[in-house]
Amino acid sequence: MHDQLTRRAFLGAAAGAAVLAGCGTGPSSSGGGGRLRAAFAGGGATEVLDPHLANLFVEAARAKAMFDKLADLGDDVAPRPRLAERWEASADLRTWRVTLRQAVFHDGKPVRAQDVLASYARILDPKGAYRARSSLALIDLRDSRAVDERTVEFALQRPFAEFPNALAAFGAYIVPAGLRDFSKPVGSGPFRFGSWQPGRSVLLTRNPDYWDGAPHIGELEFLIANEESARMNALLGGQVEYAHDISPATARRHGSRARFVHSPNSNMQAFAMKVDRPPFDDRDLREALFLLADRRRLVDTTMPGAGQIGNDLFGKGYLHYAAGIPQREPDLDRAKALIRRAGADGTTIELTTSQAASGFVEAATVFADQIRAAGLKAKVVTGDKDTYWSDILKRGTLVSFRSGAMPIETHISQRLLSHSTTNATRWARPGFDALYDRAVSAPREQDRKDAFDRMQRMLHAEGGLLVWGFADGIVATARDVTGVRGAPMNTLDWARFDKVRLG
Amino acid sequence: MSLPRYAARRLPPAFAQVAAVTTVIFLLTELLPGDAAVVLAGDSPDPARVAQIRAGLGLDRPLPERFAEWAAGLARLDLGSSIVSGRPVAEIVLAALAPTALLAGLTLALLVPLAVAAGVGAAVREGGPLDRALTSTGVALYSVPEFALAMLLIAVFCGWLGWLPATAIDGLGPAVLVLPLLVLLARPLSSTGRLVRAGMIDALHAGYTRHALRLGVPVRRVRYAHALPNALAPAAQQLARTVDWLLGGVIVVEAVFVVPGLGTVLVDAVADRDLPVVQGLAVLFATTTVLVNLAADLAAFRLVPRA
Repeated sequence: MHDQLTRRAFLGAAAGAAVLAGCGTGPSSSGGGGRLRAAFAGGGATEVLDPHLANLFVEAARAKAMFDKLADLGDDVAPRPRLAERWEASADLRTWRVTLRQAVFHDGKPVRAQDVLASYARILDPKGAYRARSSLALIDLRDSRAVDERTVEFALQRPFAEFPNALAAFGAYIVPAGLRDFSKPVGSGPFRFGSWQPGRSVLLTRNPDYWDGAPHIGELEFLIANEESARMNALLGGQVEYAHDISPATARRHGSRARFVHSPNSNMQAFAMKVDRPPFDDRDLREALFLLADRRRLVDTTMPGAGQIGNDLFGKGYLHYAAGIPQREPDLDRAKALIRRAGADGTTIELTTSQAASGFVEAATVFADQIRAAGLKAKVVTGDKDTYWSDILKRGTLVSFRSGAMPIETHISQRLLSHSTTNATRWARPGFDALYDRAVSAPREQDRKDAFDRMQRMLHAEGGLLVWGFADGIVATARDVTGVRGAPMNTLDWARFDKVRLG
Repeated sequence: MSLPRYAARRLPPAFAQVAAVTTVIFLLTELLPGDAAVVLAGDSPDPARVAQIRAGLGLDRPLPERFAEWAAGLARLDLGSSIVSGRPVAEIVLAALAPTALLAGLTLALLVPLAVAAGVGAAVREGGPLDRALTSTGVALYSVPEFALAMLLIAVFCGWLGWLPATAIDGLGPAVLVLPLLVLLARPLSSTGRLVRAGMIDALHAGYTRHALRLGVPVRRVRYAHALPNALAPAAQQLARTVDWLLGGVIVVEAVFVVPGLGTVLVDAVADRDLPVVQGLAVLFATTTVLVNLAADLAAFRLVPRA
C-alpha cells in the first residue's frame, strides 16, 4: 500500500495526464444554455453541503454557487459589496450599519436582516467550531440589531476600520433563518440546489431571479476527481468542460489542446522561521536566509511559467501591500558574513516539509541546497500531510508554508500578533501589536495606511516569513467555454460559474 | 474427515480473525498522527478551535470507552456514523460497494476461465511457441505497476485511437469498464495462469496420469478429469490471495479512472481520520477476506481431500 502510493506519486510526476485528443462522450446539453460540468478534487463520500463548514476548494465553489455573503473580495483582495448594498461606520468605527440589497432566497422569501443575524449567530455558536468564527468574533451580537427588514446594525467589541473584511470572510454565508437541513440547501445564490450524490456529483440549476443577473448556463454540475491527471484526462476526453487546480507542468504539456486560465497571486509560497527559538531567534541568521534564498530559481523549479518571485511579504498586489519596499536580491557573500557573525558556521538547519501542498517537497529540496551553498548544513524532514498545518504551529524551526488569498489585515491578525492563534513564525512584538491596533482603528485613513506600511517594513527587515514566490492558480477549460476570469482563488471572480458561457 | 466437519472446525477461528483484524485496525488508526479534529481544522488549526471540534465529536473521551461503544454498536449490526459528515457508515459503505463489487466481480469472473485456459494451453505443449509467448507476456505484465499500465492504456485507447472514455466521471457504462478491468486483470492473470501451468505440468508428469494413459484412457479425459483437478487446488488458493490483492489494485484503478468505490472511500477516510468509516470498511474487508480464504480452502479440500 505504502510503496504503491509513493510509486504512484513518482509515476504521476513522470507520466502525468495521458495524451488525449477529444474522445469519449462529448458535451451533454440540457437546454437553457447547456450544462457545465466542473471537476474538482473533493472530500469524497464524507463531504457536506453546509456552506459554514466549507474547507476545500470544491466546497467553497459550491457554497458560492448557492449562497451569497454580505461582501466578497475583488482581484485586489479588498471587500466589495454583495448582498450588502452599502455599509457605513460610526465616527468611532464601533458601530456599522449595513443596508441589504433586494434579494430573494430560492424558496421565494426575501433576504432579511433577521436572516443575516441568524446566520452570524450560527457561525459564532461556540459549539459549532465554524471556520469564519474567528473573523466574526469581534461582533457583539447581543447589542447588534435589525433596524428594519433590510438594515442591520452591528455593534463591535472594539473600533475596527476593516470590518467589511469580516463580512467577506471565508465561509461567512447568509442562509435563511430557519434552514436546518443542509442536505437540501436553500440560498440566495445564482444556482438552485438540484441533486446530490455524496463523493460523486452535485447538480445545480440556474436561478433566473438572481439579483446579480441570471447565469448564462442552464445547469452546473460539480464532479469529484481527486487525481490531477484524472481531472485533465476527463477534460481532454470531453467528459467535463472545466478542470480545477491543474499543475504548471500539465498546463505546459497540453498548452494547445485546451484553454488554461491562470489566476496570478493565488498562493503565497514561503518558508517560516520560528523567531522564538534557536537558531532563528538570531536576527542575523534570519537575514542570512533572506539573502541566500535564490527566489528566481525556486520559482523556475517548482512552478515554471506559472508564478512570480516574492519579497518576503504576503499579499503582492493586494490592498495595503507595501509595494515601495525594493525587491530583495540574493547576496551570498553578505549571507555568509552574517552566518559567521551569528556564530552559526556549520550549524545543521532542519527544514520541515510534507506533501500537504503541491510543490512543497521540491521547493524544500531546492532551498536546502541553497542553504548548504552558504556554508550551513541542511536536513529535510518530511512530515505527515494530513496533520501538517497543526504540527508546524508547535514544532520545527524552519517549515514550508503557503497561504491562499485573504486581506493583508486578516493575514496579520491571524498569524503575526502576540495572541494570534495560527502564528507559525512565533512573531510576537508589543510594538508591532500596537501598530496593528492603529492600522485598524485610527480615525484618520492616512494614519491607518502608515501603520500598515511600517508593519510590513518591520517584517521585511527582520520577520520570520521568507516569502519566495506567488503561485498562479490554474484551471483548464474546454475550447467552447468563455467568461472564466483569472481572479485569485477564493476571491469573488474565482469559480464564478454564473458568468461563464458555453459555446 | 468429511467436508462439513472440516468446515465446522474452520468457522470459529474465522470469527476470531475478523474480531482481531478490526481491533488492530482501530488501534492502528488511533496511532496515526492527529485525529479527525485536526484534519477538519485544515489549514486554520487554531488550537482552541481544534479542541472544540474534538469535544464536539466526542473524540476527547478515552480510547477504551470509544472502542467499547463501537463494538457494542457492531453487535447490534450498527456501524455508527461518519465523524466528518454525520452520515451513517452503512450508507457510505453500501453506496461505494456497488462500483467496487462490479469491478472486482467482473475481474474474478474473467480471471478464472482465462487463467485456466492460458495455464492449460501452455502446459499441454510445454516449451512450445504458445507456452513461451504466454510466459513472457505474463512476466512483462506482472512487472508493470498498475498506475503506469493505466496511463499507458488511456494514452493508447483514448488519446491515440479514441475508442474508449478516459474516466468514469460520468458513470460506469460498459465502455468505461474496459480499461479498469484490463489493469485489474493484468497481474492476477499472469500469476494464476503460471500456477495453473505449473500444477498441470506436475500432474501430467505424475505417476497416476501416466498409468491412466497406459491403461488406454483417452488423452483428453486424462487431461481434464484426472490432471486438471489436481492442478487447480493451488490455483484456487492463489485466487483467494488475489481477492486480497484486488483491494490494492482497486485503490489505484479507482483513483485513475475516477470510480467512487470502496478504495476511494478508504483513502479519504484514512486521510480524514474518520475512524467509524475506516472501521466499517475494516469489518467488510476482513469478513470478505476470511470468507474467501475459507471457501478456497474448502474448494482445495474438495479437489484434493488429503488435508
